[in-house]
Formats: sequence, C-alpha cells, structure tokens
Amino acid sequence: MREAYIFDAVRTPRGRGNAKGSLHEVTAISLSTQVLQALRDRNGLDTGKVDDVVMGCVAPLGEQGANIARVSVLNAGYAQTAAGLQVHRFCASGLEACNIAAAKIVSGEADVAIGGGVESMSRVAMGSDGGAWSADPDVASRTYFTPQGIGADVIATLNGYSRTDVDAYAVESQKRAAAAWSEGRFAKSIVPVQHAGITVLDRDEHMRPDTTLAGLGALKPAFERMGADGFDAVIRQRYPELLAVDHVHHGGNSSGIVDGAAGVLIASREAGEAMGLKPRARIRAMASIGSEPSIMLTGPVAVTQKALARAGMTKADIDLFELNEAFASVVLFYMQELGIDHSQINVNGGAIAMGHPLGATGAMILGTLLDEMERSDRETGLVTLCVGAGMGTATIIERI
Amino acid sequence: MKNFTITVDADGIALVSFDVPGRTMNTFTDSAVADLDLLVERIRADGAIKGAVLASGKANAFCAGADLGELGETAGGQAKGATLAAALPVTSRMSRALRALETVGKPVAAALEGLALGGGFEFALAAHRRVAARGVKVGLPEVTIGLLPGAGGTQRTTRLAGPRKALDFMLGGKPMDAETAQSIGLVDEVVEPGEAVEVAKAWIRNGGEGVQPWDVKGYRMEHGPYTPAGSGVFMLAAAQVQAKGMHNYPAQENIARCVYEGYGLPMDAALRVEARLFLATQQTPQARAMIRSLFVSKQANAKGAGRPEGVPPSKVTKAAVLGAGMMGAGIAFAQARAGIETVLIDTSQEAADKGRAYSEAIVEKAVSRGTMTREEADALIARILATTDYEAIAGADLVVEAVFEDRGLKADVTVRAEAVLASEAVFASNTSTLPITGLAQASKRPANFIGIHFFSPVDRMELVEIIVGKETSTETLAKAVDYCKQLKKVPIVVNDSRGFYTSRVFDSYLREGFEMLMEGIAPAIIDNVGRMTGMPRGPLELTDDVAIDLVDKVARQARVDMGLGEPSGGSDKMLIDLVAADRLGRKNAKGFYDYPKGEPKRLWSGLAEMFPVKVAKSDPELLEKLKRRFLYRQAVETARCLDEGVLTSARDADVGAILGWGFATWTGGPASLIDMVGVARFVEECDALAEELGDRFAPPALLRRMAEQGDSFYPAPKPLEAAA
Repeated sequence: MREAYIFDAVRTPRGRGNAKGSLHEVTAISLSTQVLQALRDRNGLDTGKVDDVVMGCVAPLGEQGANIARVSVLNAGYAQTAAGLQVHRFCASGLEACNIAAAKIVSGEADVAIGGGVESMSRVAMGSDGGAWSADPDVASRTYFTPQGIGADVIATLNGYSRTDVDAYAVESQKRAAAAWSEGRFAKSIVPVQHAGITVLDRDEHMRPDTTLAGLGALKPAFERMGADGFDAVIRQRYPELLAVDHVHHGGNSSGIVDGAAGVLIASREAGEAMGLKPRARIRAMASIGSEPSIMLTGPVAVTQKALARAGMTKADIDLFELNEAFASVVLFYMQELGIDHSQINVNGGAIAMGHPLGATGAMILGTLLDEMERSDRETGLVTLCVGAGMGTATIIERI
Repeated sequence: MKNFTITVDADGIALVSFDVPGRTMNTFTDSAVADLDLLVERIRADGAIKGAVLASGKANAFCAGADLGELGETAGGQAKGATLAAALPVTSRMSRALRALETVGKPVAAALEGLALGGGFEFALAAHRRVAARGVKVGLPEVTIGLLPGAGGTQRTTRLAGPRKALDFMLGGKPMDAETAQSIGLVDEVVEPGEAVEVAKAWIRNGGEGVQPWDVKGYRMEHGPYTPAGSGVFMLAAAQVQAKGMHNYPAQENIARCVYEGYGLPMDAALRVEARLFLATQQTPQARAMIRSLFVSKQANAKGAGRPEGVPPSKVTKAAVLGAGMMGAGIAFAQARAGIETVLIDTSQEAADKGRAYSEAIVEKAVSRGTMTREEADALIARILATTDYEAIAGADLVVEAVFEDRGLKADVTVRAEAVLASEAVFASNTSTLPITGLAQASKRPANFIGIHFFSPVDRMELVEIIVGKETSTETLAKAVDYCKQLKKVPIVVNDSRGFYTSRVFDSYLREGFEMLMEGIAPAIIDNVGRMTGMPRGPLELTDDVAIDLVDKVARQARVDMGLGEPSGGSDKMLIDLVAADRLGRKNAKGFYDYPKGEPKRLWSGLAEMFPVKVAKSDPELLEKLKRRFLYRQAVETARCLDEGVLTSARDADVGAILGWGFATWTGGPASLIDMVGVARFVEECDALAEELGDRFAPPALLRRMAEQGDSFYPAPKPLEAAA
C-alpha cells in the first residue's frame, strides 16, 4: 500500500476573533491564500503537481462560502489544475482535511495534496451557518441536542472536576504557550499575516500569560444561564445520574475565539522526493468516530483507541499527544481515561491560550505536534480533536 | 345552515350569528364545521354582502372550542400510511374551510364576547380583524388534551405574535385576557362589553381590507430559525419542550414542529404542514388517553358521574368545618367562595381566627389584582364564622372534620358535633388514610357518616375523594357529591379501605423509590427517572416535601391496625431509621436531601452510608426498566383497587390519579396506561417484574381475567374515516 508523508506544515498566527483583533480587517480568503503561497514559496512547489487542496471551514458562508478551498487555490496563483475541496467536520475540519489529503495519496487518487483550513471567526460568526440540529425541534428532541459548553460542564460534573481543577489546567496552558513562544518553538511554522504588503500579525495574540488561578476564579460560568433555560434538564434525561450540572467553564478555561489559517503539504514519498523535498513524517493511521452527541466531547478517547488499533499500536507507543483544548474538562477527561501524564500532552499549550480557529485548528496542531517531535526528538505523535455533534478525529504520525 | 344565521344590514354588512342549536354554549360540532363551507360560499356569492362580522348568538360566549365528535372517537388509532393519507381531507376540513374564509375576497371581522377558545379562537384568527370586548378570554388549550390547534392556529398565531409568544401561548394552553392578547398581536382592538359587533362593523364600513397580511405580495416572516435574532428562540423552544414534557408529549413537540416547519412558508403550504402534524398527533395513544381523562371523564366527574340515581338533588346552605389548620382553612374558603355559610371551629379562638385569615389573605390578593371586587371579598369573609363554640354548628347541613389524623380526637369531635346536628345532616371526615368505617363507630348515625377527602392546597386542587363507609347510605353519598359540585370540585367515589385509593397508590410510588434506594440505585437516578415518567416530582424529593416522619407515622398506624410487629427490614424500617437520624424532610431541612438556605438542595451525604450506591451510572435499558417500575407499580396497585372494589370505575381511577397526585398525564391515568400497554402484555410484564422484584408487582385476578378475555378498560379507537 502507498503511504502518505508530510513534507511541510505552516500556519498563520492567531488573531483575536473580535472587532479588536489584528486580523479582523483581513479577509478569510486572504488568510488561506497566504498559507497556500507560503507552502508554495518555502518549498519551491510546482503547483502544477498539486492534485488537490482540501481545506476545513466550519462557517462556510458569506466570504467563506462557495468552496473557499478552490477559490483560495485560484487566488493564490496556483496552477488551475489544482482542484479544491472544502470540508466540514466541525472542530476537526482542519485535521480531517489533512486526513482526506493523505487518503487521496494512499489510495492512489493523488500524488501531491494539501490539507488545511481557515476560519475568520471575527468576520463570519460561529454558528452563523445555522443547522437543523439545534433549531429543528423534531431533530433536537430526538437527539437531545445540548450546547457544547454544557457538555463540557457535564464531563466535569460526572468526573468530579472542580472549578479549581479546570482553572488550574487553563493556567498551565497559558504558561506553556508563553514559554513556547518565548523559546521560539513555533518559529518554524509561523507565516506572518500581511495586509497590503505590511505585516499585521506575527504572533498569537489571544494569549494571557499573566493568567492566575485567582483571576480565573472571578469569571462567571458561561453556560449556567443556558442550562437554567432548559438545557440542564435536557441533558439530565441522558444522564439521570446528574442531580445538577456544575457549570465550571467560562471564557478563561475554554478555547479562544480567533482568526487563522493553516496548511500541510502531503505527498507520496516518491512524488515529494521527485520535487526535491524531504519527508518529515509518515502518517501511520487516521480515524474518525461518532460518540454520544449530547455530551458531544468524549470522541477523542474513542477515536484514539480506534486509531491506535488501526496502527497496531498501544498508548505506550505514542511519545507525544496533542488534543485540542476545546474545554479544560475535555483534556482532563482524556488524560484520565487513557492514563496519559500531563507532561506528554499539549506540551506547548493549546487553544485555551492561543485560540481555536474552528476550521483551521486541526491542521495547525498537526504542525505543532510535528515541530515539537522534531525539537524534542520524539518518534511518534498522536493528534486528535473533539468534534461537534459527538465525533472524534485522530491522526498518528511518525518521524522518518 | 343550521349553525349560522345571516342578517345583512343597510351597509351590506352581514352579521353572522354563530348559534349551535340545542346547546347552551357554542362548540364546533361536526355539523358546525360542515356549515362553514356554506357560510363562506354565501359570503362569496351574495352580491349584497360587502363584508361580514362573525359574532355569537349565545349570550355567554363566542365559542368554547371544538366538540371533538369524530376526532375524539378516532383518536389514538395509530393509523399509518395510506389510512392517514385517506383520512387527511376529513380531519383537515375545518382548516380548509377557514382558509377559504380568509381568502373569500371580502373583509371579515370577528366580534368576540365572552370566551373564544380552541376551534372558536381559530375561527376568529381566520378573520381579518378581531375586536374583543373587555373581559374576553382567548386561548388555544388543545395541548392540555394532547392535541394541537389544527385549524390554522399554529400558523396564524406565529405570523401574528411571532414564534416565541405564539409558542408560549400554545404550549401553555392557558386562556389569555383580551388586553394581553392585543399586546401580542392576537387581537386588534379591545372595546367595552356589548360593543364588539358595532366596532367590527365600523371597521368594515371604514374600508377594512379583506386580505390577511400573509397574503399580501412581498410578505416575509422575519427572525426565522436561521437568523441572528431568531436562532436562539427556536433553540430554546426545543429545549424547553423537552425540559417540560420529558419526551412524553407528542402534542407539545408537534406544536413546536408546526411553528418551525411552517415558518416562512406560504399559508397554503404551512396549513398542509399543520394538517398532517395534527392528524399524526391525534393518532397518538397520548391524545386518546388525554382527551378521555382530561376532557370527557373529568367533565363527567365534575357533573357528578358517581352520584347514585334516584336521590333528589340537595344543596348545602350552611356547613361547619372542624379544625382550622391548613386543610380546614382551605375547605372553609372553598365553601365561602361557593356561597355556603361556614362555621370554622378550632379549640382556641386564635386558631380559628388564623384559619379565617387564610381566606382573608386570598381575597385581599384577588382584590389587589382586580379579579375580585371589595364587596365580593367582604361578603365572602362575612360568610365565615370563626369560633370555638360547637353550638354555632346548629342548623348546618354538613360538617367536615379536618382535625389531626388521630382516631381519639376524631371520635371526640364527631360526638361533640353530632350533639348539635340535625338528624339528617351529613358528617364528613377529611381523613386521608384512616378507614371511614372505623371512624364511623364514633357516630350515632353511621349512615350519615362519609369520607370527603380534600387535597392540599384546597383552593387549587380540583379533586375530592369521597369515601363510602360500610354503613354510609346512598342519600349521604348523593349529598356529598352535590356538595362537591357546589364547591366546583371534581369528585371520585371510592369504597372504604386503608389509604382509600389516592393515598394508597401514591404511597406505592414513593415506596418503589425507596426500594430502588435500598437496592443501591443512585438517588439522582431515582428522582430524575421518576420525573422522566411524567410524575411531577421524584419519589425521594417528594417524600421530603410530604415529610418522612409523616409517611412513617401512617405506616406505624397501619401496622398497629393490622396487628403487625416492628419491621426488621424493608421500606418501613428505612423510614424508622431515617426518622431516628432526624431526617424528617424539607420541614427540618434534613431529608434525603439537605436544604441549605439560599442554595439549591443537595443530596444528604449520610445517605450513601445508609444505602451504598451500587448503580451509579444509567443506561437506556436501566432507564426503561426503572420507568416501567414506577408506572407499573402504581398501575398494578390501581388494578388491585378495582379488583377489590375500592374503585368501581376506571374513570374514577384515571381522573383521581391525574388530579390527585399528578400521575403521568400523558398516560391518561393508570387504567388508561394498562390499556395503552395492552392488558395481556401488561400482565406478562408485571409477572416478570414480580418474579424478579416481588409480589408487589403481581397482577390481580381482574387483570388476568381481562387478559384472557381480551378485554380492556375502555373501548378501542374507531378506525379513521376515509374521504369520500
């Protein structure tokens, strides 16, 4: 069977996803275009050899609509023969895009492909694409739809994670991200964002390195009101063991709303080497899975086990883990269920500190994992994300 | 047309007088619905008619709603596919007629006086203008009997009031006064009583247009489910339907569906959505059960269905209440409200006055809200004499004792009252648990002695459980039923037994919760699943509300009466242990739960030591089983009451359960539930539960006999009629 290799990975820095963010005046297509141009220029890529560009995007409407992947290809000046495909697997869209790109290589459909993603959350609001799941009462009722944040709070309640537990995790994420930036650990992948020829952002700007436990303690729970309005009662029907939901999550221990884009160059070994490129990692396994949708966020555990089984590996075979910090409880639960030490996971911080540009994050943290494996000389890594509507997506990579 | 008469005035305005023959109140009978087509045709075709005003020919109201007729008979048939399709033109007849009315091409105004409910209000909603007199109540209460407003109600209210307010209106099912309806857009104009017709006519004369807003070209519904302003409304509506209905009420879910799926559609398509969902809802077993118990049976009981025949009607003009505690005070209020001269007696003047103060507080509130005049309030209070003097009872037609549940005390007040009472007067005990025949032993005239069990709070609880003792005469029973009717209560009649019917079966719900606790099922699961069955509260929290020591006291009395010794295990022992640990319930803030001041209740930490949790997690299979245990336990106990003759009708069983202790309304009551499951299958499942959990689930002989003979408590639904 053919195998897929990663040759390069780049990302923009993440801008705060509101009107005050540095990337707010930069269009989404500009972010994805700059990522594609960087991949081309860094690698001297003959874009006529690129079979397909797959990009995740979670609010694919307005300026992000109408297949932003294909339009980015054209806008970036790639050869017109490079096709484009936009995919939506909620928060794992960016990783799914890479997995699809890799699958195209493995299946022989393509020789060279790019996986990635883009999301300008400041310009196209989260949830603005609607969806029957939450709005159609028949669907919502049949599936016990509950907003994600309440699912995160339920994970905390069921597992006894206190407010201090989740806040402490958040403080550590901030600390690690700050340390990683100060040591230049992201330097290899960062593509500063330009506007009209001027650099407008070269560093993740959502971070709050001075975050303290006491400071977080002052924040009000974000999902308490929603729970009281009816959703606590909905999820208690799925989990009647809950007397009440302990609402522990807030803006400070949940992933940040940001703008950004990322891209990963994936090819067969032969095709890459024929272009004079050196493979950095081999993709060992890929998997997606569905999980209980009301709690929504426990997919990473199941999909990790699935990916490990597909690779014929066990947890002990993985040197480093990267799990998107959608909410603090998601990571605490993952570590608890799989028996992973905090020193092995999200070692350079995560989305709580740096933000989660929905469609792009999966590709971003795949690159972050690869960079760290090279820096700290580890062999194997697993990247995974929890996914809306109860799913998980994972990828296992191995250095060459 | 039999139901509408038309008078055209000099201006060419047709006054359409809705007047269903032979009824005191207008309802949309099958005949009235059929007449709608003729009415529309007349308005359309008669060149002399420029516009029409819809009004009532009855003095009391515009229209009280649909007379369910065929729709009631065929409800719950669970028809599928081609049968549904064939019946749709029949079941959506009124919807189409009203659409024809609003597109008749001439202005139509509704002039509302009195009530406009259900189909009656849907009729008015199809008019181009609604003028309501002050004091009018409008409402779409269909949801309360498991149906949805199926004649355009879901679509027109959504377009007039917006989705949030329309959903609240229809899901709540409560009537609304004219002013509130105007404030949300359901009524255009509010006028003084008696002026609605003239104002409606004036609107037509002044050029009112006969086109609905939604039929004007370019009409758009704003704030839909996929707009920033509307998405939250729809998302929360879906959650609230689930939070409230616990997935047991298809009518609620389908109302939300009608609003969502009809949103933004042209009216004809929107009405097709509603018509199909109406039929789907009408065919659910819940609709049949709720129509029966909450509409047909409840009305029958309210009219005195359990009254023995051949006894002349009676009326209570003076009645005494012994004991001015919470129950006595409530009964006194109910009597005074019904115009009965009331003597309220307690051992001290202070206690008696306190009992009367309860009524004073209620009427003061009503006066401040404007729902009662000062004169009415004063007259009501003047009817209550608070005293310690038994001599004041003289001349009373009836006495209700509401003293503590203590045989000695009850015997004492019986003797004292009878000393002053006329020989034909009725003596009633408001006991909730003590057998009436035993209490009647203190009476010199046991034929006049009866149980009249009120529920707390008396002014809000409609049910009264009348208990016939061994020696109670039919005259006494008839008088008791008449008294309940006078109080506008809904009586059921049961025969004497420990706990009668309601307390006995209610207790079985609590006990099943105790059993689960002793088995090691997590308390949160027990209470949450209790609520998920449709019971208003979980059994443990409910026991805390009632008071653990009270449940224990009743159990002790039962053991004494039955000559049983101290229990060595089981739920009786559990109660004893809890009381010994000073866990009395909400009243001392220490029960199964702790009740810290200003904070939500939380589980008592000591409970896990007493009953170690063995089942901490739920799964769908466990949930289904626990739900079945809660509901079947009560249903099988009800069947025993029927088997033993404590209950004499399934109707009393169902009405009593729903109104008495809030038994899962969607089932229509425990007897309806057994029918819904199917008697044979119910027996089979109870046998399996009895095998596993004990004899408390063993079905009585009555059910086995019914299963063998293929009987049910109620007739099966009639098949839907196909369109000709």
